[in-house]
Amino acid sequence: MKTIEDLKRLREQIQSETRVRHEGSKQIIVGMGTCGIAAGAREVLSAILDEIAKRKLEDITVRQTGCIGMCEKEVLVDIVLPGEPRITYGRVTAADIPKIITQHVINGHLIKEMVVGKIIE
Amino acid sequence: MEHYRAHILICAGTGCISSGSKKVEAALREQLVKKGLDKEVKIVETGCHGFCEMGPLVVVYPEGVFYVRVQETDAIEIVEEHLYKGRIVERLLFKENGALDGIPNYKDIDFYKKQMRIILANCGHIDPEQINEYIAVGGYEALGKALTKMKPEEVINEVKKSGLRGRGGGGFPSGIKWGFTRKAAGDKKYVICNADEGDPGAFMDRSVLEGDPHRVLEGMAICGYAVGADEGYIYVRAEYPLAIKRLRIAIKQAEELGLIGDNIFGSDFSFHIKIKEGAGAFVCGEETALIASIEGERGAPRSRPPFPANSGLWGKPTNINNVETFANVPQIITKGADWYTSIGTERSTGTKVFALTGRINHTGLAEVPMGITMREIIYDIGGGIQGGKKFKAVQIGGPSGGCLPEELLDMSVDYDSLLKVGAMMGSGGLVVMDETTCMVDISKFFLSFTQAESCGKCTPCREGTKRMLEILNRITQGLGKEGDIELLEVLAKNIKQTALCGLGQTAPNPVLSTLRYFRDEYEAHIKEKRCPAGACTGLIQYKINEGCKGCGLCATVCPVKAIHGEKKALHTIDQDKCIKCGACMAKCPFKAITKG
Repeated sequence: MKTIEDLKRLREQIQSETRVRHEGSKQIIVGMGTCGIAAGAREVLSAILDEIAKRKLEDITVRQTGCIGMCEKEVLVDIVLPGEPRITYGRVTAADIPKIITQHVINGHLIKEMVVGKIIE
Repeated sequence: MEHYRAHILICAGTGCISSGSKKVEAALREQLVKKGLDKEVKIVETGCHGFCEMGPLVVVYPEGVFYVRVQETDAIEIVEEHLYKGRIVERLLFKENGALDGIPNYKDIDFYKKQMRIILANCGHIDPEQINEYIAVGGYEALGKALTKMKPEEVINEVKKSGLRGRGGGGFPSGIKWGFTRKAAGDKKYVICNADEGDPGAFMDRSVLEGDPHRVLEGMAICGYAVGADEGYIYVRAEYPLAIKRLRIAIKQAEELGLIGDNIFGSDFSFHIKIKEGAGAFVCGEETALIASIEGERGAPRSRPPFPANSGLWGKPTNINNVETFANVPQIITKGADWYTSIGTERSTGTKVFALTGRINHTGLAEVPMGITMREIIYDIGGGIQGGKKFKAVQIGGPSGGCLPEELLDMSVDYDSLLKVGAMMGSGGLVVMDETTCMVDISKFFLSFTQAESCGKCTPCREGTKRMLEILNRITQGLGKEGDIELLEVLAKNIKQTALCGLGQTAPNPVLSTLRYFRDEYEAHIKEKRCPAGACTGLIQYKINEGCKGCGLCATVCPVKAIHGEKKALHTIDQDKCIKCGACMAKCPFKAITKG
């Protein structure tokens, strides 16, 4: 550590590793009730994590939730962007994940044909 | 690169480890592997959260759910329900006394609501064995700022302005002490961190050292820069092996990154830190005895003046401060003295970490702003007295301190207010007592501690405390005489004025303080041979009354066969044989045995 700038750079590098302990501004929530798991939610979750790791994305919180009742439409994945209502995508497969992340999470555009609902607080 | 979507933070402070947190950790690791989650969920060992009564503690992020009293067998459910399915495990949440609903986030728990965790901010939230995590939360930024943007005098001024006072108990303004050391003549100077923490029941420093050791290293380095020292010692008591281990790791990691060592941040300033382990003597918490111990001499104090600031370790100017004092320094530098003075009272700025022990519901560690009342600490944070009993007194300042009775519960907790009522802040250990505590017994307990720890160098302490202890022993055994109280007071005054060091000078405090507020208890022991609290075994008698049905159950459980009687007739206890164990009273189905 030769200068303060070195310290700042190291801090930024490391902060991404402990970011999980702070609320990220973007949230991806995967339905992991029994219906979700049966429909393949685990694979969808792994795909999400792989995509985030691959593209070195920051500031995203990934968590799970239970069954919201729309079992027919599992696997359900919710995206919450700051200031936006919570959008629920249905019948999501691992193959859809790159598109959902690029189009919605990063660029903020909904994938209309996959949306099943919008939750407004 | 793996992306961990969840972190499980397991408390690895000494308290939780004793309750089995390592076993919980092993079980969680096993379950994560079984469910295939070990690449997504990271397990992190942290320092002490302070809520020690409720350990082992486990916090799961990103939700920040706070699980209490976690056992090995709970690991399956935590992994299956929470990590896999996202469902919080309700039964492991903290519930306030009698409540049905659990509180998932620790910020909403009463124990934490009134706290202001600045010194303890990182404890429980970072892995103390990873310097990276300390840096991620802004660590070593203060050292960088001091070295590159401030002159040593400016650093001292900032600490002076902040009003920081020594947290070891003396309460001496730290900035002024640093100034003395800086002004002292000589090129070779030292910084010493007093981590001897000898007060019975105190573990504030231990938790800081185990949970956030880098903060202390950073504070010492900033001090070294300010006073002109290039070498620092941390004197840690050997009874803290975990703290020593974490300090060694921290120093090594800091040296690897060049944050401790030669030419830090490319400046002229070099600072090396060594660890010296204590060897079990309470007196070595006294600064001159501590210095003697580092020098390889027997731990005994030296007369002052000269003070360590002018002539300390090996005769060189030395600045010695407590762990908690150093832990305050980094934030004073980054956030500024004005921020620090906005917390606490005018003459006692900042926060203080207290160890809550005794008959209180939530024992543990709490950090509060100075000026808070004792009532808030004991009832709002501590959850009140165990078993709904009545509060009697709280001992503050350990063996050097005094007690506060009920009428003083609403006074402000700060250095000067406490001195006015015959107590002192001390290092921050609080022992809460209820109606079943005998105040004479308590003062005897503290005095026997200081008597055993007296180094023996000066007569007032060596002989004086022994005589005081003899008197107290007689009183608690029912052999007190008229004139004993007056004799205790005379002895106390003399010892306070003539003892060589703080140990002797403050040893009589618990006696004087209990005499001030509970004189009637002493008088009952002496004049009536009675212990009002029913605690002194020499003065209590177990008696069988007319409710006795002669069933003989008490006689069967008496370990010394002191109970005799005919079947169906009144039984009696032979007081000469009775060892006051209370087994008979516990066994009697008719409640015919009383203690008094």
